[in-house]
Amino acid sequence: MIKEPQQKTTCYHCGENCEEETLHIAEKSFCCQGCKTVYEILNKVELCDYYTISNAPGLNQKNKVRPEKFAFLEDVQLQQKLIHFKNEKQSHVTFYLPQMHCSSCIWLLENLPKLDHAIIRSEVNFLKKEVSVVFDHTRTSLRSVADLLSSIGYEPHFSLNDLGNKTKVKYDKSRIYKIGITGFCFGNIMLLSFPEYFSLGEIEEKGLKDLFSYLILFLSLPVFFYGASEFFTSAIKSLKQRYLNIDAPIALAVLITFGRSVYEIISGNGAGYMDSMSGIVFFMLIGRFFQDKTYNTMAFTRDYTSYFPLGVTVVYSAGVEKQVPVSNIKVGDRIKIHSNEIIPADSILFYGNANIDQSFVTGESLPIEKSIGEIIYAGGKQLGGALELEVVKDVSQSYLTSLWNNDAFKKNEQKGVSYIHTVSRYFTVVLFAIAIGSAIYWQLHNPSKVWNAVTSILIVACPCALLLSATFTNGNMLRVLQGFGFFARNAGVIEQVANADSIVFDKTGTITEQTNSGITYEGAQMDEKIISYVRSLAAQSSHPLSKAIVKYLPGGAKLKVKNFIEKPGAGVMGIIEDKKVAIGSLKFFDQKAHSSDGGTRVYVQIEDRMYGSFIIQAHYREGLTQVLEDLKRRFKLSLISGDNDSEFSRLKHFFDANQYFNRSPQDKLEYIDSLQKENKKVIMIGDGLNDAGALRQSNVGIAITDNVNNFSPACDVILDGTKFAHLNDLLRYCSNNKLIINISFIVSILYNFIGLYFAAQGSLQPVIAAILMPISSISIVLLTTGLSSILAIQIKRKYACSKTQNLKTDINHMSI
Amino acid sequence: MSVIFILIIASLTIAIGFLIAFLWSVKTNQYDDDYTPSVRILFDNELSATQSTNAKEKNK
Repeated sequence: MIKEPQQKTTCYHCGENCEEETLHIAEKSFCCQGCKTVYEILNKVELCDYYTISNAPGLNQKNKVRPEKFAFLEDVQLQQKLIHFKNEKQSHVTFYLPQMHCSSCIWLLENLPKLDHAIIRSEVNFLKKEVSVVFDHTRTSLRSVADLLSSIGYEPHFSLNDLGNKTKVKYDKSRIYKIGITGFCFGNIMLLSFPEYFSLGEIEEKGLKDLFSYLILFLSLPVFFYGASEFFTSAIKSLKQRYLNIDAPIALAVLITFGRSVYEIISGNGAGYMDSMSGIVFFMLIGRFFQDKTYNTMAFTRDYTSYFPLGVTVVYSAGVEKQVPVSNIKVGDRIKIHSNEIIPADSILFYGNANIDQSFVTGESLPIEKSIGEIIYAGGKQLGGALELEVVKDVSQSYLTSLWNNDAFKKNEQKGVSYIHTVSRYFTVVLFAIAIGSAIYWQLHNPSKVWNAVTSILIVACPCALLLSATFTNGNMLRVLQGFGFFARNAGVIEQVANADSIVFDKTGTITEQTNSGITYEGAQMDEKIISYVRSLAAQSSHPLSKAIVKYLPGGAKLKVKNFIEKPGAGVMGIIEDKKVAIGSLKFFDQKAHSSDGGTRVYVQIEDRMYGSFIIQAHYREGLTQVLEDLKRRFKLSLISGDNDSEFSRLKHFFDANQYFNRSPQDKLEYIDSLQKENKKVIMIGDGLNDAGALRQSNVGIAITDNVNNFSPACDVILDGTKFAHLNDLLRYCSNNKLIINISFIVSILYNFIGLYFAAQGSLQPVIAAILMPISSISIVLLTTGLSSILAIQIKRKYACSKTQNLKTDINHMSI
Repeated sequence: MSVIFILIIASLTIAIGFLIAFLWSVKTNQYDDDYTPSVRILFDNELSATQSTNAKEKNK
C-alpha cells in the first residue's frame, strides 16, 4: 500500500493531525469545529493560558455532546441526591471528569468562575479526577454547569452509582491519629527515659525522679488505651470465634508489658518498659498503615450501577421527549437511545437500525444487528443511529443484573486464613513453652525471680516482629506491583495469588485488545485511486467493519458516492466517478458462503472485478504467546468466553481442550465453582460485566482494562492492559511474599535470642529492651523493603531488554 | 537541677501544641489530596483572576 505523504498540521487544541479539514484563527490551526469552538470560548474570557501550561491539552472535540444530554439534571429529586450541600445561596456538587489528564486541566477547571460568574469556586482533586463546584443556584443551575463543562471539553460522567450510598468511603483517619499520638508519646517517653539509661549517678532529688516516672506513666496511657486498642479488639474478636490470630499474642505482650511497668513505677521498684512498649506499638501501627493504604483513586467494588448512565430519554405520546432518571423507568416506557449510548434496561426494539456492541456484557466481539421486535439486553451499547425501544424489564431485573443476585455476591470476604496467623500460632506455643520452662526452673532455684523472668520473656519475645515483617513486606510489594500496573485491592490478595494453581481467561477484551482489530489485505494490489474509492464508500457506513477499513486505509480525500445502498450485515455499494464499487461479505456477492476461517472477510469489488479481501481478526494482546507459554508451566490454563469458537484452533496450543465458548455469565461462575470443588485455587482474568460473577467467585479476580479510570467490575486486582506481557513475572513476584517474610522474621528472632538470654535470667534491664526493640524493628523494615525492591528490579531489567527483542513469534503472526 | 521541672513542662507543652496542629490538619482534610496542591502552587495569576472577577462584578 502506498502511503500518501501526511500533512503535518496539528490541531492547536488537541494536538491531533488535521486530517479531514483544517480551520484557522490567526496562525493557529484546528482539526474540527469542536476544537475551534473551545478555543474561542476560552479566548473570550482570557483563559488562553490553558494552552501555554501544557502543549495541546485538549481532547479531540469531533464528537460533540448532544445539547439535550444533561436535561435529566433538571429533575429535582435527582438534584437532591447529587448535590451534597445546599443553603439559600450556594450548592455544592462534585463532578467526575475522566478526561482530566494534565496540569492545564487543573488550571482551567479551577478557573471556572471566570467562565461563569455564578460559579463561586471550584476545586480539583486530580488523583480522583473530580472537581468540586460551589455555585449560586439562584443564578445558574446544575444542568448549566454540566453544559458548561461539556462545552470546554470536559463532559462530566454520571452513573447510576452516584445516586447510591451517599456515604462515600472516607478513608479511615483514625489510624493516622493513632500514629500521630503514639509517635508523640513514644518520642517523649524515650526522651524522659534517658536518665534511666545512662544512670548519671542515681537521681538524688526524689521529686525529679517522680516527675520523670509519672510523666512516662501518663504518656503511656494514650498509647495503651488508644494506640494499641485495635490489637485488643481484634484479639478479643478472634478469641470469641475460638481461633488465634496474630493479634492475640501481641495483645498479650502489650498487656503484660504495660502491667508490669505500671507496677514497677508505682511501687518504685524500677523504671518499667514503657519506652519499648510504645515504640513497638508505634512501629506496628505504621506497618499496618503502610500495608492497608488503599488506592482511593481506584474502585475495586463497582457493581453494575457504575456502568449504567444516569438519565435516558423517554418518549411520550405525541412525540414529547423528556429526559428521565434511569431509576424511574417503568415497564412499558418507550425510550430513545442515541448513538454510543448504553441501553439501561431489557427492551424490545421498535424503531431504528440496531447495531449493538455487547462485548462488555456477553463477550461477543462483533456487534450484533437486531431486528425490530427482537429483545435487546441491558448493558449493550448502540453503535448506529437513534433507536426507539420499549422497556420490558426493570433496570434492576434485567438479564445482566440478575447475575448480581447470585449467592457469590452475598458471600463474605473470608478467603482463607492468612499465612502469618498460622505461624503466629506456632510461635505462641513455643513462647509459652519457654516461659513455663523458665518459670519452673526459677521456682526450683530462686522463686523470687519467677515473675520477673516470665514477664520479661513475654515482653521480649513479642511476635510483633512477625507482624512487622508481614505488614512491611506486603505494603512494599503492593507499592511495587502498583508501579507495574497491577493494582491489588489489599495485602491478602498477594497471598491468594501466591497460592493459586489455575488460571481461567476470558477472551474478548481480555486476551484480545478491545480497540484494535487486526486488519490485513489479501489480493490484487490496489492503486491510490482504488484505495480512495474503497475508503469513500466505507466511510458512508457506520458498521464497525467499515470503520475499521477506513481507519486502515491511508488518508485521502473523500469522493462523492452516488446511489449508496447499504444492506445491513452484508455490505455496501455505490457509484463513484461512474464506477460501481462494492464491499461486503461473501454472502453479499451471492456466492456460496463458506464457513468462517478464524476471521471475517470483507471483499472488494469494482466494476465486477474482485480485487481482494480485507481480513479482520481478533488482535491479541502483545506478548500473549510468551505469557501463556510461561504460565502453562506452573498453572492449569483454561479459556471461557461468551464469543463463538472461531479462535479454537489458534488457541489450542495453550489451552488444549479447556476452551469453552458461547458461555453465559452464569456458566462462567459455575465453571470456576466446579474447579474450586476440585480443590483448585483459581485466578480469573476478565474484563467485562459478563465476567463479574466469575471474578467474584474465584480466589483472585483480575480485571484487565485499557483505561484504569474506566469502569471495571468488582475484582481483587485491576491490571493495566498494556502491562499484560508482564503477567507471569508479576504472579511469580507475589509468590516471593512468604520467602521475604520468613527471612526477615528469622533475622529478627536472632535479636530476640539475645534479649531472651537476659530475660530468662530475670535480669532484663529496660535499656536493653529499649535498644533491641528499635534495632530489630528498623532492621526488619530495611530488610523487607530492600528484598522486595531488589526482586522488583530484576523484573524491570528483564523488560528493559525484552522490548528490543523480536516479537515475530507473537500469536498474531502464527499461521494456523 | 530543679530548673529541669520547668524545662520539661515547657518542652512538653510545645510538643503538645505541634501534636494538636497535626491532628487538626488531618481532621480538616488537608491530607486527603496530596497531589493537586503540588501542581496548584505552580500557577500564577490566581490572585489576579479573582481580582479581575471582582472588578468585572463592580462594573456590571
